[in-house]
Amino acid sequence: MIENDLAINLARIQFAFTISFHFLFPALTIGLASYLAVLEGLWLKTDKGVYANLYRYWLKIFAIVFAMGVVSGIVMSYQFGTNWSVFSDKAGPIIGPLMAYEVLTAFFLEAGFLGVMLFGINKVGRKLHFVATLAVAIGTFISAFWILSVNSWMQTPVGFAINDVGQYVPAAGWWEIIWNPSFPYRLVHTLLAAYLTTAFAVGAVGAWHLLKDKSNLGARKMFSMAMWMAALVAPAQIFMGDLHGLNTLEHQPAKVMAMEGHYQSYPDGAPLILFGIPNSAEKRVDYAIQIPKASSLILKHDLNAPLAGLDTIPDADEPPVGIVFWAFRIMVGLGFAMLGIGLWSLLARMRKKLYDWTWLHRAAIVMGPSGFIAVLAGWVTTEVGRQPFTIYGLLRTAESAAPLDAPAVAASLLAFVVVYFIVFGAGIWYIFKLAAKTPEAHEPTPHDGPTRTAGITPAAAVLEGHIDKEART
Amino acid sequence: MTGIDLTIIWAGIIAFAVVVYVIMDGFDLGIGILFPNFKVGPERDTAMNSIAPVWDGNETWLVLGGGGLLAAFPLAYAIILPALYAPLIAMLLGLVLRGVAFEFRWRDPAHRAIWDVAFTTGSVVATFAQGVTLGALLQGITVEGRAYAGGWWEWLTPFSLLTGFALLAGYALLGCCWLIWKTEGPLQRQCYSYAGRLGILLLLAIIAVSAATPFLEAQYYHRWLAYPGIIATAQIPLATAIVSFLFFRSLSKRKEVQPFLYALLLFGLSLIGLGVSMWPDIIPGRVTIWEAAAPYDSQIFMLVGAAIMVPIILGYTAWAYWVFRGKVGSDGYH
Repeated sequence: MIENDLAINLARIQFAFTISFHFLFPALTIGLASYLAVLEGLWLKTDKGVYANLYRYWLKIFAIVFAMGVVSGIVMSYQFGTNWSVFSDKAGPIIGPLMAYEVLTAFFLEAGFLGVMLFGINKVGRKLHFVATLAVAIGTFISAFWILSVNSWMQTPVGFAINDVGQYVPAAGWWEIIWNPSFPYRLVHTLLAAYLTTAFAVGAVGAWHLLKDKSNLGARKMFSMAMWMAALVAPAQIFMGDLHGLNTLEHQPAKVMAMEGHYQSYPDGAPLILFGIPNSAEKRVDYAIQIPKASSLILKHDLNAPLAGLDTIPDADEPPVGIVFWAFRIMVGLGFAMLGIGLWSLLARMRKKLYDWTWLHRAAIVMGPSGFIAVLAGWVTTEVGRQPFTIYGLLRTAESAAPLDAPAVAASLLAFVVVYFIVFGAGIWYIFKLAAKTPEAHEPTPHDGPTRTAGITPAAAVLEGHIDKEART
Repeated sequence: MTGIDLTIIWAGIIAFAVVVYVIMDGFDLGIGILFPNFKVGPERDTAMNSIAPVWDGNETWLVLGGGGLLAAFPLAYAIILPALYAPLIAMLLGLVLRGVAFEFRWRDPAHRAIWDVAFTTGSVVATFAQGVTLGALLQGITVEGRAYAGGWWEWLTPFSLLTGFALLAGYALLGCCWLIWKTEGPLQRQCYSYAGRLGILLLLAIIAVSAATPFLEAQYYHRWLAYPGIIATAQIPLATAIVSFLFFRSLSKRKEVQPFLYALLLFGLSLIGLGVSMWPDIIPGRVTIWEAAAPYDSQIFMLVGAAIMVPIILGYTAWAYWVFRGKVGSDGYH
C-alpha cells in the first residue's frame, strides 16, 4: 500500500497548504472588520476626519484580504469532499449542518453587505453604511463561531452515535454538540489571536509611518490604537491560552505531552522543557534546558503532581512530537514578545513618548508579522497535535481520505502551489504597497475612480468640508 | 415523523441553491467570458463595475450548494466530489483567479492587462468545469459500496465536454443580457449584437445535449420518450421553443430587461429537464436521495435554520441589488 500512503500524504500536504494560506486571511479580516467598525463608529460619534480617513485607508487593504479569504475559503469547503470523502460521509450528519449554518448565517451576511461597504459609501447614508460595516464585522464573528465549533467537535467529539452504515449521527441535542468541551476555549483563543494579529499588523504600519513623520495624525492614531490592543489583549491571550492548554490536557493529553516533549511519565513532578531537540527514535529530548517540576506546576498547579508521558500512549496513536513541540514554542514565544511590546508601549504612553521612542517603533515593525506566524504555529500545534485522528480517538486520518490516485493529488497539489504563490503573492505585495503609502488627510475610497459617482457628493468629503474632487490627488 | 418527507424538501433546497447560483454567478462568469471582446478602458471598467458589488454574494450560493450537499446528503457529497476531482479542482482554481481579479485590477493599473487575462481565464475555466461536472454526473459515476470506484479521468467523455461548451455559451449569454440591462451606449450595442449569436449557440447546445441525454441511460430514455410520459415531458421542449421565440423577439425590439429574463427562463427550463432526468436519484442510476440523506435530526436542525435565514438572505440581497440599481458607468453607478 505504498501507493496509497503516498496519495494520503499528498492529500495531507495539500490540506495543510491550502488551510495555512487560507487562515492568514481571516486572521486579519476578523480583526480588521472590527477595527473598521470601531473607526466608522468613532467617526459617526465624533465627526473627526482622522477616523474617516483611517477607515478608508484600511478599507482598501481589507478589500484585498477579504477577496483572498473568500476564494481560498471556497477551496476549503469543497476539499472536505474532494480529498477527505470518507470523513465527509461519516461526519457529514454532524459537521455538515454546522457548516451549513456558517454559510446561512455568516457567509451571506458578509458577502451581501461587503458590496455596500466597499462600493456604497456614496450610495447610502452614513448610518446605513455603518450598519453594513457592522454586518460584515458580525459576519466574521459568526463564521469563526461555526467553523471553530466544527473543528472543536472533531477534537473533542460528543453527543453522537454511530449508525449501521458507520456514520456519526447526532444522538444528544445540538446544543451539546455545538458547545463541545474544547469549543469555548478554542473560540476565545482564536478570536483573541485574530485581534492580536490585526493589532500588530496595524501597529507596524503605524510605526513605519511614524518613523518617517511622527506628526502624521493618521499614523499616530493607528499606532496608538494598535498599542492599546497589544497591551490589553496580549495578557488576556496568555491567560486564555493557559486555560485552553488545561482543557487540552483534560481531553487530548497526548497533544500536551507532545507540546511539552514529555516522552516519559513523571510520577513526582514533571519538568518544563524550555528548549531541546525532540528525538522520537530514542524517545527523549536531546540537549534539554528544563526547569524541574515547573510543568506540573503549570498544568496541575502542584509541583509534585504526577504527569503521564507518551510512554502511556500506543505508538500508533502518537502525534509527531517534533512539529508540535516547536510550533508550540514559536507560538508561546511570540505571545510573550507581544506582551513585551504592549508593556513597552504602556511605559512610553505614561512618559508621553509613544510617538517619540523610535526603538519602540522599530520593534513594532519587526513584530508586524508576529500575529500571522503565531496563528499558524498555534494551528499547527492543535492540528498536528491531534494526529493521527480526524475525529479524535475515533476516526484515523489515514482512514478518512478519498479513494484518489497519487498522480491526481500530486497534480492538484502542484496546481494549488503555483496558483496560490502567484495570486496570493501578488495580493500580499499589493497590501504592502498600500500600507507603504502615507495615510493622507483626504484618503481616497477603495475604488477611487471606478466608483466615483457623478452628481453625488460623498458624505465623508462633505464632512471634512471638501468637495470630493479636491480630495483626489 | 409527520407525513412530510424532509429528504424531498432538502433535495428542493439544494436544487434551489444550485439554480440561484447558476443564475446569479452565471452572469458574473459570463461577463468574464466575454471580457476580451470589450474595449480596454471605460467599456471593460463598466462591465466589471456592473458586477463588482454583487459577485461575492452570488458566489456564496455555490458554497451553500456544496455545504448543503455535505449536510443533507453526505453520501452524495462523498461520492460525487472525488469522482469529479479534476474538474472541481479546476473550477476552484478558476474561481480563485476570477475572484481576486476584481480587486487586483484596480490596485495595479500597470499590470491591469494581466489581471484582465486572469479574470477571463478564471471565468472560462470555472464555467467549463461546472458544465463538465454536470455532464459527468448525468452520464453516470462508478460506485462501489459507499465510495467512488472509478479512475481520475472517468469524467472525460464527448458528452461532458459538450455540456462544458454548452455552459460556456449559456453563461456568456446571461452575461451579455445582464450588460444590455445595466449599460448603455456602445457597450450595450455590442452586447445586443452578441446576444443574438450567443442565443443561437445556446439553443444548438441545448438541442445537442437534449438529443444525447436519452441515450446515456435507459432510465432517461424511458422517462423522456416512452408513452404516456412523453406527453408531460414534451412540454419542456415546447416551452423552450416558445421562450426562445420571445427571447429573439425582445432582442429585435431592443428591449433592455426582457432578454435577460428570457435567458433566465431558458436556463430554468434546462435545469427542470435535468431534474426530470435525474429524479429521484442524486447520483443517477446509483444512489437515490433517500439513500444519501442525512438522518432526520440533521435535516430538521438545518431546516429550522434555512427556513429562518433564506428569506432574510433573499431580503438583504435584494436590498444590495436595489442600492446598485440603474445603469452603471465606467466611473461607477449613477
